[in-house]
Amino acid sequence: MTRSKTPKSSSSKSLITRRAALQGLGAVAGGSAALGLAPGFVRYIQVSAAEPIKIGFQAHRTGIGAAYGRWYERTTNAAVKLINGAGGIAGRPIELIVEDDGTDPKRGAEVVEKFASQHKVDITFGTLFSHVVMGSAPRAGELKMPYFVVSEGHHVASGALNRYTFQPGITDVKAQVSSMAPWIAKNLGKKVTMIFPDYAFGYDHRDFFSAAIEKQGGQVLQLLPIPATETSYTKYFPQIPSDTEVLYHVMVGPGVLTFVKEMGEFYGSNRPQIFGFIDSLEAVDIASPGLEFLDGTYFWEAYPRYAQAKQSDADKAYRAAVGVDNSGASLEDPKDVATYSHMFGCWETLYIIKEAIEASGYQSPTAADKKKLIEATEAMKGWKEGNEHPQGDKTFVGQIHQCFGHQFISKVAGGKLEVAHKTEIADGTYEPETDYTKMAL
Amino acid sequence: MSLGPHLLLALMEGTVAAFVLALTALGLALVFGVMRIVNVAHGEFFMLGAVLAWAFAHLIGSPALGFLVAIIASPIIVGGAALAIDRMILRRFNYQPEATIVATIGLLYIIQQLVLVFYGPDARSVEAPINFRIQLPWFGYSGYKVVVAGIAALLLLATWYGIARTKLGLVMRATQFDSETAQAFGIPVDRVYAAVFAIGAMLAAIAGVLIVPIKQAYYLMGLDPLLLSFIVVIIGGLGSLRGAIIAAFVIGISDGVISVFFSPNLSKILATLLVALVLVFRPEGLFGGKAR
Repeated sequence: MTRSKTPKSSSSKSLITRRAALQGLGAVAGGSAALGLAPGFVRYIQVSAAEPIKIGFQAHRTGIGAAYGRWYERTTNAAVKLINGAGGIAGRPIELIVEDDGTDPKRGAEVVEKFASQHKVDITFGTLFSHVVMGSAPRAGELKMPYFVVSEGHHVASGALNRYTFQPGITDVKAQVSSMAPWIAKNLGKKVTMIFPDYAFGYDHRDFFSAAIEKQGGQVLQLLPIPATETSYTKYFPQIPSDTEVLYHVMVGPGVLTFVKEMGEFYGSNRPQIFGFIDSLEAVDIASPGLEFLDGTYFWEAYPRYAQAKQSDADKAYRAAVGVDNSGASLEDPKDVATYSHMFGCWETLYIIKEAIEASGYQSPTAADKKKLIEATEAMKGWKEGNEHPQGDKTFVGQIHQCFGHQFISKVAGGKLEVAHKTEIADGTYEPETDYTKMAL
Repeated sequence: MSLGPHLLLALMEGTVAAFVLALTALGLALVFGVMRIVNVAHGEFFMLGAVLAWAFAHLIGSPALGFLVAIIASPIIVGGAALAIDRMILRRFNYQPEATIVATIGLLYIIQQLVLVFYGPDARSVEAPINFRIQLPWFGYSGYKVVVAGIAALLLLATWYGIARTKLGLVMRATQFDSETAQAFGIPVDRVYAAVFAIGAMLAAIAGVLIVPIKQAYYLMGLDPLLLSFIVVIIGGLGSLRGAIIAAFVIGISDGVISVFFSPNLSKILATLLVALVLVFRPEGLFGGKAR
């Protein structure tokens, strides 16, 4: 409040002089610093049982990630409702505070800052787009803010981030693609052309898939990176070599439907084998006009969008709680298709946060409590499939702050996705590339 | 793919892009030429056209009928909005160049945020009114894109006819040539300005309607056509309609060819470089007359 007065003070007509305003500001800043430092003022206050655990949700409400953001928010709200209904975390209800980051890295860092200084949250959570994670995580580390992302990027496991950043609810691209490569080489072909976004997330695909397919005796014939701002894709397709056996595509953002449609216009029925990451069609109906050519192609899914014949009870309960029908669309609007292969990560991460807080005895955002929380999370080993983890079993490697899980390969048949193959967790595991637990807190 | 078909695809892509770009840039050039104002919100009229096309397609249900309604009704609604903007904002600033730039920057954000509030942040697709695929021996091509080029060509011709052969066009040209003298001869310059601003917005809106079955309606989609239109208008000569159309084809087709054979980034770099060179060596643009 004091700050909003400062512009006035520069005007000579104002009652408050510039000096008085500065003095006021200084006094407030000094006072709050003194209070914060004063021993015994905050530290020994017992947290009353009813006081909520504040979770800051960094949401992509607008910008290129909006479709993901909408579904991340629905999933998160559903999980929070369930957790609160069942007694909350350690007897305390979750208070969810949502801030839009516009799917923008700079605003992402500002949102983290706002969570820390204004809302004073216990944990920040929920970021998806890799460039926003890359923009926000360093700030979270500086602020010593536990930061649980649901992003898929390899940046957590690679060691590029910090001890406060975790990804326990969704597997990373490296694990995903290395478990896909053997199946692709065996069933579709060994000469691959890759189409991917020309930034960090796409580079994870490029680097790890190229390595993984070469291990299978295959080769990548051509790499086609597509700039983030591109809206028209036909011009890239002539660069696909004609001896390509498998076209590997992964695309994100508002242009995905255009991308897949133009691929269909280009090839028609005379196409190579096509293997896509479902990211290229998240939030898009597979039965959209113009996508008929996808029939018989394959997609990676983290979590099958269409309810399968052997649907688990956990999946039934999860769909009902979030409001998703058996085709992966909203119960209210069948045209509103979910980002089903990503959003479960929010659900599972919230349950992991609950487990970590309860295991650590975390009370309030003090340095000592945060340390306990971080160490308790790092000590986790994995989770069993069930209502809290509907996607399936997972293992967790504390050193790299990253979980590992099953992946699915689904075939498009009659405008639906049918699971053709489910990988083992071991298919995607790799040696730790870093050890966050050795970093200072 | 061998060189011949590769080049053919590049030219086809470039030509379709050029027609749509010509339509959008023509609106911008017209507004600048006659009113001497730089309309930074021009891309938002394009976006409004696309969003309205989605709304009509959504309300009507049938793609073909929805498209027909959209291509008539969207420009009318956008034109109406432009008239209101002219009356409520631009006229009050007396069409001063500096004030109107700032005002249209504000408008850009207001329109964008209104669409974000009422339409939402999603990219929504509109089904093409006609869905067929042209199978060439080497590759397939979207039939609708060819239709888009055709409709855009007709509209460009109609605009040319309107400006060169009708009374409204004569009055517009007179106002462009010298607005004070035109007023002295009894031309209602205020009303000409309003009409020009509305027509400029309508051209962008039609381009938006045409593009939406190819690209999807999205609240941030106005930025790209705005930048490209500015590039085109600067190269063609501010206010020169002929220059704008020729520059649209140079930029559109070279963008198609360069991005197919080299990289899309290179084509953007070259276009921007061309703008810089034009500004340094021929500030009035390739076809612009000397400023009076």
